[in-house]
Amino acid sequence: MTITQPAGLAPAERAVRLLGADLTETALRRHLEGLSGVDAVGLEQRAAGLATRSIKTSSKAWALDTIIRTCDLTTLEGADTPGKVRSLVAKAVTPDASDPTTPSVAAVCVYGDMVPYAVEALGSRHGDPEKGLVSVAAVATAFPSGRASLAVKLADTRDAVAAGADEIDMVIDRGAFLSGNYGLVFDQIVAVKEACRRADGSSAHLKVILETGELQTYDNVRRASWLSILAGADFIKTSTGKVSPAATLPVTLLMLEVIRDWHRLTGEKVGMKPAGGIRASKDAVRYLVTVAETVGEEWLTPHLWRFGASSLVNDVLLQRQKMRTGHYSGPDYVTVD
Amino acid sequence: MTRLSVPKTYKLAIGGAFPRSESGRTYEVLAADGGFLANAAKASRKDARDAVVAARSAFAKWSGATAYNRGQVIYRIAELLEGRRAQFIDEISRTEGVSAAEASAQVDLAIDVWVWYAGWADKYAQVAGNANPVSGPYFNLSVPEPTGVVAAVAPQGVTGGSLLGIVSVVAPIILTGNTVVVVADETAPLSAISLAEVLATSDVPGGVVNTLTGSPAEIMPWLAAHADVNALDLAGAGSLDGSSGASWVDLQLAAAETLKRVLAPVAGVPRPALERISAFVETKTVWHTKSML
Repeated sequence: MTITQPAGLAPAERAVRLLGADLTETALRRHLEGLSGVDAVGLEQRAAGLATRSIKTSSKAWALDTIIRTCDLTTLEGADTPGKVRSLVAKAVTPDASDPTTPSVAAVCVYGDMVPYAVEALGSRHGDPEKGLVSVAAVATAFPSGRASLAVKLADTRDAVAAGADEIDMVIDRGAFLSGNYGLVFDQIVAVKEACRRADGSSAHLKVILETGELQTYDNVRRASWLSILAGADFIKTSTGKVSPAATLPVTLLMLEVIRDWHRLTGEKVGMKPAGGIRASKDAVRYLVTVAETVGEEWLTPHLWRFGASSLVNDVLLQRQKMRTGHYSGPDYVTVD
Repeated sequence: MTRLSVPKTYKLAIGGAFPRSESGRTYEVLAADGGFLANAAKASRKDARDAVVAARSAFAKWSGATAYNRGQVIYRIAELLEGRRAQFIDEISRTEGVSAAEASAQVDLAIDVWVWYAGWADKYAQVAGNANPVSGPYFNLSVPEPTGVVAAVAPQGVTGGSLLGIVSVVAPIILTGNTVVVVADETAPLSAISLAEVLATSDVPGGVVNTLTGSPAEIMPWLAAHADVNALDLAGAGSLDGSSGASWVDLQLAAAETLKRVLAPVAGVPRPALERISAFVETKTVWHTKSML
C-alpha cells in the first residue's frame, strides 16, 4: 500500500530550490526572520468572521460527511492496549453501525508500538483514504515532548514505518526553535523525512507538529510553518493535543495562509491538520469554512486536510442521526470511546 | 421629578445561566386584566436541546450527592423562597389578578411543598426499596435510583398555580437525583423565572433545574422525541392543543420511540405525593454475599 502523492522529495529539496544550493543556517534565518509580521488583531477578526457563517441543510450534511471522511480517529494514551486499538479501528471503518451510509474516517492515529495491531485489525480495509479505505498514522520522534536524541527519534520513525504506518506525525524540537536554532529543527525534519522512506522507494507521509500552544506568538507559528514546509513536510499540524491551547481557528487560518502562499509560489500542495480541542461539529464546520475560504475547496480531501480528534466523530454522528431521524439523539446512541 | 422604573428582563434558565432565547424571540406576558406585564423569552427547540445538554452534564454530580445532602439543599430552597416572599406575592397577584392574601397563601403552599419533599429525600428509599428474602446466604437489595433527565410541563393557566404548579412538578423530580428541563406556564411564566433565580442562589448545582418559557406545544414534541431525555412529566400537558401534533397522547407516542417513562397529565396542580417521587426512579436489584466464607 502506497500513497503516491506527492512524489518523494530529495533531502531539503524545497529549501535548496528556494534559498540556493549552498544552504546555510544564515540563509534560513534570513528567510524566516524576513517574513512579515502577523497582524494578530486582523487574523483573529478574520477567523471570528469566518466562524459566523451559517451552514444548513444539504451543505451541513455534506460538511458532516466531509468531517468524518477527513478525520484521524485518535487514541494517544499511556493506557492504550491492542484491544483498545482494535475497537478504535472498528469504529474507524464503521463509525455508525445504525447507518451504513456513514463514510469511514481517513485514518487511525496511534502510538508507534500500536501500529501492527491497527494494521492487522484493518486487514483489507487498510489503504488510501481517497479510495474509501483507512490509513494508519503513527506519532513518532518521542511524541509528545520530542525530547530525545536524533538517533532515538529516527529509530522511532523507522520502526513505525516498518510496522506498516502510512503516515508519520512528528513533533519539532520546540526548545531549539524558540532558542532560534532553526538549523537544528530543519535538519531533524529532513532526517525524519528520510527515515520515512521505505525499502521500495515509496515514502510514508510526514506530518510535522508545530505544537503552536508552546510557540508563544503568531510570528513564531508563521516561521515554524515555513520552516517545516521548506524541510519537506507533507502536512503541517497544529498540536499534539497534550498542550493547552491546542488547535484554534486563528492559528489554523494562519498556517493555511502559509500553505496558500507556498502553493502560489511553487504550485505544490501541502496538507493541514488541526488537532486537539475540536469536539463539536459546529466548531469543525468553522474549520471547513476557513479552509474553503483560504486555500480553496480542493483542499477538503483526506490527502490535504485532516482533523485530529477523538471525541469529534461522536458529536458529528449525533448531528447526522438528528438529520436522518428528525429528532435529537443522545450519547447512548454512539460508542463510549 | 419622577424616577424611571427599571423593569426586569425575564430570560430562560439553562445550566445555571440566564440566557435569552437562541432564536431572539420574545412574547408578551399579560396580566389577568389584559394589561401588559412583561416580555418573556420564547424558547426554541435549540434552547430545549441546550437545556437537555446542561441537564445531562449536571446529572452525575447531583445524583451522586448523598440523599441527606439533597434533602438539605431542597430545604434551603424553601428558606430562600421565604426570604423573597414579597417579590413572589407581587408577581402572583399581578399575573393571576388575585389579592395579596391569596397570593401569599400560594407562596406558603409552595414553601410547604419544598419542605414536604425535602423530608422525603433520605426516606423514600426505605419505602420504595426493599431487602428481599432469598433462599441462600445472600443479601438481595432493591434500591430506587434516579431515571436521569426528565422533561416536564408545568401546569398551564391554573389559577392558584403560577408558582405552586411548577414547584409541585419540579420538587419530586429533582429530589431523587434526576435533573429536569421544565417548560413553565405559558401565560404566567414570571414566577417560574424568579423561582429559577432562587434555585441559582440556593446550592442547587447549575443545570439541575432548567426552566424554559414559551409555547409547550412548540417545545414539548422535541423534548418528547429527544433520545437523551429519559422520562416525561406531562403534568400540565392535558390542555395542549392536539391539532399541532402536540397533544399529550402525541407526546406519549413520541416518547415511546425511545422507551421513556411517562407520567400522565393531571387537572390543576399535582398534589404532593410519594407516587410523584417513585414515578421517576428505576429499581435496581443487587445480590451480595452475606459473608466471606
